[in-house]
Amino acid sequence: MNLMADVISGTIAYAVPLLLVALGGMYTERSGIINIALEGIMIFGALFGYLFFRAVANGIWSKSHPQLTVLFAILISAIAGGLYSLLLAFASIKLKADQTIGGTALDMFAPAFSITLTWVVQGQGLTFIKLPDWVRITPYNFGMTPSVNPGFWETLFFRSFYLTTPIAFLILIAAAVVLYRTKFGLRLRSCGEHPQAADSVGINVYRMRYAGVFISGILGGIGGLAITFAVGSGFQSDVAGYGFLALAVMIFGNWRPFRILGAALFFAFFKNIAGMSGSIPFLPSFKNLNYAHFVYYMLPYIVTMIVLAFTSRKSRAPKAEGIPYDQGAR
Amino acid sequence: MDRFKTIYDKTWSWIRTRNDSPAFVSVYASIASIIIGILFGFILMLVLKPADSFYGLSQLLIGGLTSTRKLGDVFYNAAPLIMTGLAVGFAFKTGLFNIGAAGQYAVGGLFALFCAIVFRFPWWLALLASAVGGALWGAIPGLFKAYFNVNEVISSIMLNWIGMYAVNLAVANTPKMLANYYWKDAPAERTPSLKQVNPGAILPKLGLENILHENMSIAIFLAIIIAIIVYIILNDTVFGYELKAVGYNRHASRYAGINEKRNIVFSMTIAGALAGIGSGLYYLTGVAEYTIGVVLPAAGFNGIPVALLASSNPAGTIFSGLFIAYTQVGGNAMQPEFAKEVADIVIAVVIYISAFSLLFKEMIMRKNKKKHMNRIEKSGAHTEMNAYAKEGSSL
Repeated sequence: MNLMADVISGTIAYAVPLLLVALGGMYTERSGIINIALEGIMIFGALFGYLFFRAVANGIWSKSHPQLTVLFAILISAIAGGLYSLLLAFASIKLKADQTIGGTALDMFAPAFSITLTWVVQGQGLTFIKLPDWVRITPYNFGMTPSVNPGFWETLFFRSFYLTTPIAFLILIAAAVVLYRTKFGLRLRSCGEHPQAADSVGINVYRMRYAGVFISGILGGIGGLAITFAVGSGFQSDVAGYGFLALAVMIFGNWRPFRILGAALFFAFFKNIAGMSGSIPFLPSFKNLNYAHFVYYMLPYIVTMIVLAFTSRKSRAPKAEGIPYDQGAR
Repeated sequence: MDRFKTIYDKTWSWIRTRNDSPAFVSVYASIASIIIGILFGFILMLVLKPADSFYGLSQLLIGGLTSTRKLGDVFYNAAPLIMTGLAVGFAFKTGLFNIGAAGQYAVGGLFALFCAIVFRFPWWLALLASAVGGALWGAIPGLFKAYFNVNEVISSIMLNWIGMYAVNLAVANTPKMLANYYWKDAPAERTPSLKQVNPGAILPKLGLENILHENMSIAIFLAIIIAIIVYIILNDTVFGYELKAVGYNRHASRYAGINEKRNIVFSMTIAGALAGIGSGLYYLTGVAEYTIGVVLPAAGFNGIPVALLASSNPAGTIFSGLFIAYTQVGGNAMQPEFAKEVADIVIAVVIYISAFSLLFKEMIMRKNKKKHMNRIEKSGAHTEMNAYAKEGSSL
């Protein structure tokens, strides 16, 4: 029973960053810009969040109001990611360059800059920033004491519960509502499908696309912080390709918010099972294979490929995606 | 003396006429991006550690030349970069984004090392095997895109990881591929050194290791030759034309009778083969061994900046690969005063500024058009205006 709680909570912990970043990617792609820079935005946002953590890690105020401090860190990551993504927006919208150029440049710049800055702040060669232990939400935050043998509900809630989890849930609902039920969302989507038509009705396509990229920057920054929470130890100026994985989740989710939630949970489930394959009794363990856990690590990707083969007939990217919009070229 | 002056004048007037050629304008724009990138890196170094900033700048600019070993390093690192740059650039030219170069690189490397160590093949056969391995891994996203309409970005990303884990499993479970099969106390996560297991699989060095360093071999020359071959295929053959046509407009090319499904598969297969050869060139130099680990090979992803800097032009890829390798060697030489990541920052800024290159090109083209318009007005001919109007819009 506890095992199931472990699996569920682990799945949610990994799904949260994928969900956030994929939603952000969805906003840019729906407005017409291919966003390869998600990896860089995650790292950049997480960098500033962690520099903030480092500054307040041992302060009195942060220990007495831990979740408020975490909220501040999330805000800082979001703003950092948003500002960083404006570089991509500038190159793709104003300079009308190939959108992969801005994305790749930001992807390369972020980890390099992050390591350089961490060297400056912490000293030469020290690239690891530790996650303070008051960040995780534990029963203490609610005035309860954790039991020695946690039951199902306690494991489910408190195994890896961070502030980003409820925030991600709220953001999911907000993102779906904004995209499909507001004027802004409709205009954003039209810029990605047929920007010339949108322009002819008076929508400022450039401003919409800037907004789309900025939203992905905000969500990417929070997602970068969230992925370090899921892994649990700290920030190492690298997110191990999760930005690209979020891109894949977005495509898998057919650019729609609740499908993206499903894809993120699907993926996170398999990834989590792979990490725990030793402790789940009914899974074959391939004992005579060296590095047998790699078979399980491969599983999420193989299953995704198979599902994609069957479900991509109706895959519809936003039609005007990747084409720089030139107002004079109508 | 007069002869030299005529040659000098002729060269300058040739360079000036080249101002109109879009290719040359691209070169100017790239050079401008590089200068701005290096300047940014220098300013960053000034801000971080002003005392060492000139040392850092000097290492960045001439670090690759300070010793024969470093020059050998530049060529050693440039060969796989050129190949992965070709892999990404070839796919770009045909309308596909090959983000899976890392996975194709890994599988190509596996095939090369397997043939070299287990089957004891000679180097050229092992290199061919690496091409086959990469081609196989590139064909899969191609097939998925052509027949199942799966976006090649997502399938390539999936295959990157599947490839990495599969390669690790293959190496870990073939005892002959691990160093401790041959020497009892060697580490169990590394492949054995080719020098001791199968020296016939190491790329010939043609005596160059005496001039430069033992990591020098014909790898860089092979990479350059392959780049030229790819250039010829893309620009001078019907096959290349069809591939480019499918890239520009899939539906129009189908209307014109081109089998776009087959061409998409071919494109990705060739791109995969190129990335695989890159891996073969790296491992068959005999200097590095493959270590089992969960890290996607960086050379695969670094192919994307190489291709972008060269605007996917195969000939330009040679130079951008050499440039990025040179800058990375300079970055390594900057340590310990500065993190070697400063070189990556410079490269990232160079790529970002190359986004401005379209603006540069427009500015230069507009200046040239004005010059020509003035010349035409003076001479009184009007038919040339059409030609220049067309040239201006060919941006």
